Amino acid sequence: MSANLSAFFYLISGILFILALRGLSSPETSRQGNYFGIAGMTISIIVTFLSLDSFGSGFIYVLIFLVIGGSVGAFIAFRIPMTAMPELVAGFHSLVGLAAVFVAISAFLKPEAFNLGIVGDIKLASLIEMSLGAAIGAITFSGSIIAFLKLRGIMSGSPITFKFQHFINLLLGLFIIFLIFYLCRTQLSNVFWLLVIISFIVGVLLIIPIGGADMPVVISMLNSYSGWAAAGIGFTLENSALIITGALVGSSGAILSYIMCKGMNRSFFNVILGGWGATEQTSNTKSKEQKPVKNGNADDAAFLMKNASSVIIVPGYGMAVAQAQHALREMVDALKKNGVKVSYAIHPVAGRMPGHMNVLLAEANVPYDEVFELEEINNDFANCDVAYVIGANDVTNPVAKTDPQSPIYGMPVLDVEKSKSVLFVKRSLSPGYAGIDNDLFYRDNTLMLFADAKKMTEEIVKSL
Amino acid sequence: MEIDPFIFRLSIFILSIFVGYYVVWSVTPSLHTPLMSVTNAISSVIIVGAIIAALAGSNDNVFEMSNIFGFLAIVLAAVNIFGGFLVTQRMLQMYKKKKK
Repeated sequence: MSANLSAFFYLISGILFILALRGLSSPETSRQGNYFGIAGMTISIIVTFLSLDSFGSGFIYVLIFLVIGGSVGAFIAFRIPMTAMPELVAGFHSLVGLAAVFVAISAFLKPEAFNLGIVGDIKLASLIEMSLGAAIGAITFSGSIIAFLKLRGIMSGSPITFKFQHFINLLLGLFIIFLIFYLCRTQLSNVFWLLVIISFIVGVLLIIPIGGADMPVVISMLNSYSGWAAAGIGFTLENSALIITGALVGSSGAILSYIMCKGMNRSFFNVILGGWGATEQTSNTKSKEQKPVKNGNADDAAFLMKNASSVIIVPGYGMAVAQAQHALREMVDALKKNGVKVSYAIHPVAGRMPGHMNVLLAEANVPYDEVFELEEINNDFANCDVAYVIGANDVTNPVAKTDPQSPIYGMPVLDVEKSKSVLFVKRSLSPGYAGIDNDLFYRDNTLMLFADAKKMTEEIVKSL
Repeated sequence: MEIDPFIFRLSIFILSIFVGYYVVWSVTPSLHTPLMSVTNAISSVIIVGAIIAALAGSNDNVFEMSNIFGFLAIVLAAVNIFGGFLVTQRMLQMYKKKKK
């Protein structure tokens, strides 16, 4: 196949990838979108084979490795529980990053295969592109591994900070730029290896100071990085499918990070520089005197909700941890039988990744048109009889609207306190991730239900 | 004077960033998780580079250093392609409208 013809087909793949994302603008078109994506990928792979003039015995090995990787991927895709989606996505990001590093290494070792010149005399532009691809890929890889370990709970979710952390990161970042420059001057392979190693270290250092609840930002950011790495390799390979995809993924991740930061009213740099939970501990200890709380049980909750005319459910990360989404759905079914109107309110940063709660509710067969975003539903709390807060905390804290001293001041919150009564399912009175006491616990219209989210919800179903 | 083909690729890149910007803003927030998994899957089109790397060079020695890195990259990208698209499909199947 001629180079021009294959370039044309790569362009078609790129367009199919755009359509794949376009499909996600509504759930009805999303499945079709996914097929566009698969078609684009298939075309790219076939065209690559056809554009290589001869591929005797190597071809069979490529197929074997493709099948091995594909079966592993398919196995994971079918087995993974929906609650584990954040760590799965983080894991997948790391693979893209590492693949980018490997392709860059291969191109560096054998530039003639990619028409980039010969060893020791690689074209300057190509050298810059491949070293950028390798560096970003390496950062994506090691950063995603850390994110994966934190989300999986293998590593503690609390921020790891040490002295001069940001200074060291800055130095290493400058060192990477210097190495790329030096590599272009000398073409030394040792410089290239050092570049890759330093980038791996930067990836680790970049993610360790970021705490568990900031993971939505981290995952989106790594998503973005994996795109830029792919784009870098795309420039090296002069492949438009890869360039288009890299740009799409890069901007997609950047937008998601922006949305997540906005959901927390924090700047991107504030999140990346890390250590939110660590700095606030001092401010909340003083307000720790015992205030009275109203303590309820499942029967009280069932009674309240059964006699309500409308109920809004506010799910959070705790629901995911307790796997309470199916029980929740049963409870809602029972309420609906009693003629209660039920809807769900989702905060942008609920959960550990963008859209996390929506997927879990969808898994429990909750129709997506009963699930609303913050702006859509926030006014309805004033007219609602019961708000059922399950596994959420900081995103309901009214202090964000009233106290300029509070670290979460200005963060958009769900106006849960405006509903006639609030049911708060929680294991204890402990503050949420931000380390701030929730004023809501002590309000007159709040009934605390101290229990595991799933157990409590199941008990309510029984008494309904 | 001839224009360097790099400029064309740069144009594609920058225009794609704009396309991405508008397309992603139109994605409904409830589908942000599938958005991440599908972007993950499509960024594995890097397998194109991996295949070229794996098959580069002579036919008598398919396992030179550069080929090995190519094969490794194929495995990684393949995990992502199949895993990414299938898990996206699995999620999207779950999104259902209210029964009338």
